[in-house]
Amino acid sequence: MSDLPLIQVDPAVSSPAATTRKGGRGRGPRLLSRTDRVVITLMVLVPLLLVVGLVWLPAVATVALSGTNWDGIGPLGEIEWVGGRNYSDVINIYPPFVPAVQHNLLWLAALFVVATPFGMFLAVLLDKEIRGSRFYQTALYLPVVLSLALIGFVWQLIYSRDQGLLNAVLGTSTDWYGDPDVNIWAVLVAAGWRHVGYIMLLYLAGLKGVDPSLREAASVDGASEVTTFFRVVFPVLRPINIIVLVVTVIESLRAFDLVWVVNKGRNGLEMISALVTQNVVGEASRIGFGSALATLMLVVSLVFITIYLATVMKESRK
Amino acid sequence: MTAAALTREPATAGAPGRRRPPRPGRVVLHLFLGAVAVGWLFPILWAVLTSLRSYEYTAVNGYVSLGGWTFDNYVTAWRTAEFGKHFLNSVYITVPAVLLALFLASCVAFVIARFSWKLNIVLLGVFTAANLLPQQALLIPLFRLFTEIPLPLFMSDSELLYDSYWGLILVNVAFQCGFCVFVLSNYMKALPYELYEAAMVDGASVWRQYWQVTMPLCRPALAALATLEVTWIYNEFFWATVLMRTGDKFPVTSSLNNLRGEFFTDNNLVSAGSVLVAIPTLVIFFLLQKQFVRGLTLGASKG
Repeated sequence: MSDLPLIQVDPAVSSPAATTRKGGRGRGPRLLSRTDRVVITLMVLVPLLLVVGLVWLPAVATVALSGTNWDGIGPLGEIEWVGGRNYSDVINIYPPFVPAVQHNLLWLAALFVVATPFGMFLAVLLDKEIRGSRFYQTALYLPVVLSLALIGFVWQLIYSRDQGLLNAVLGTSTDWYGDPDVNIWAVLVAAGWRHVGYIMLLYLAGLKGVDPSLREAASVDGASEVTTFFRVVFPVLRPINIIVLVVTVIESLRAFDLVWVVNKGRNGLEMISALVTQNVVGEASRIGFGSALATLMLVVSLVFITIYLATVMKESRK
Repeated sequence: MTAAALTREPATAGAPGRRRPPRPGRVVLHLFLGAVAVGWLFPILWAVLTSLRSYEYTAVNGYVSLGGWTFDNYVTAWRTAEFGKHFLNSVYITVPAVLLALFLASCVAFVIARFSWKLNIVLLGVFTAANLLPQQALLIPLFRLFTEIPLPLFMSDSELLYDSYWGLILVNVAFQCGFCVFVLSNYMKALPYELYEAAMVDGASVWRQYWQVTMPLCRPALAALATLEVTWIYNEFFWATVLMRTGDKFPVTSSLNNLRGEFFTDNNLVSAGSVLVAIPTLVIFFLLQKQFVRGLTLGASKG
């Protein structure tokens, strides 16, 4: 993503765009007074500076720092360029890296294979005209308004070894949050619990927008409900499907709060996001290292953000 | 994140011909949905239930029991964890951040919707994408930046943007702006352009067109966005955890993590604390559910 030259208030630049359109918006520029131009510039510039300064420039800086050996404390002048060494170090001599990648992928798989289809299935059921639909929706959507940090605490009441419900019911004495063999699954259940409601919501909104005549036409043709869904409704929902895919990928990539409240992302709960944070605010700050990890996150997310933007912008221009 | 949902078409209410007499299928459907709904509510109900019981009773009888009802956990949790102070911190951060995000985003959205300049699409992309970037990936430069920017003492006792409410407000605004720009620009594009032509005939400046023509018509969108943003910024955990140092200044969501040590042996207190933290979002959710629902059809309905 490039920084933009913000010149659209300049009539010389904007007038080609304006004059090529017949009668639409944008005949404005030539009519704008000096004050208006100043106002428009400020209206765009102030928010833009904030977003570029606090989001985009740090993103660029992260990529740049990933090629250096900066310790995070010394003056910026002492930074030395080390090329790809941080990346090879991350892969070769950083033990939590491989588990973290595995956990992020597992997170993605669990949300994508279990939680997302289930949320979609519930949306399809709730889209029918049924009594009490509001109650069901509310119940499913409720976890979505809670923060993931809080969800970590709510599920602790179920997972705790000595005081948790799960062990009391099963008669086991597993430390569900502490045991590195099971804790990722325990956390995934909690994350999935929230994700299902979120996906249900997205699909329900999508389904409400599907032209009812499509379904009627399909049922006149004798198609069953299942066939109608997969052959008619699902393809129509393509934009929503892409958005849900992107949302799921990005949520799995930046999953952080839940593992951080459980054990700061250690001991079975390594995640890339937590490793980055440990390398900055943790006891040993290794900036180049952390930046290399962060750059990986940025690259993956930008691919999916691009897909997302392409989809939503095509939709909103319809 | 629900950008897509917010721009869907409005529901076609009560599609005709889809109502059928009750069938056994419906009963199964209700049983299934009922079971799922109860299962989904269960962890929250369990937290409420646990919070209302004394530790002494559950320690002896186990948690799968009934009895030992008390309200003391809430009193103790509120007092030990200084919830009053942390709630106030959340207000200091959430209220200005939401107002500022909505104001700045509506400015950009207005320009994008009012004029059809070619760079608008780039502008929209820059804002929307910023909302989706993983926050952790930006932590390193931002952390350093915040420790370099001085603030006068009357603004923050840390004398830095780091460990100050101002820093958290700014970073939240920067991240949430994108989502608001996206939703509001779609909403504003749906307003009839004749409004502006009429305003221009009357000699209204661009600022007056924004403030007196567009903004009043955007009230439904602003209300829905405000509801969502209050929830999201109140729930924000990461930035407060890494950009704050003084325990007293943590907003309530991230202060939870500090309480854990104190409460580790007493799940009844943890649950009371969790319920207290959840209450504001639950109240907003139940009182303003209409806003959430309206948020879903936003962008398609005209002012």
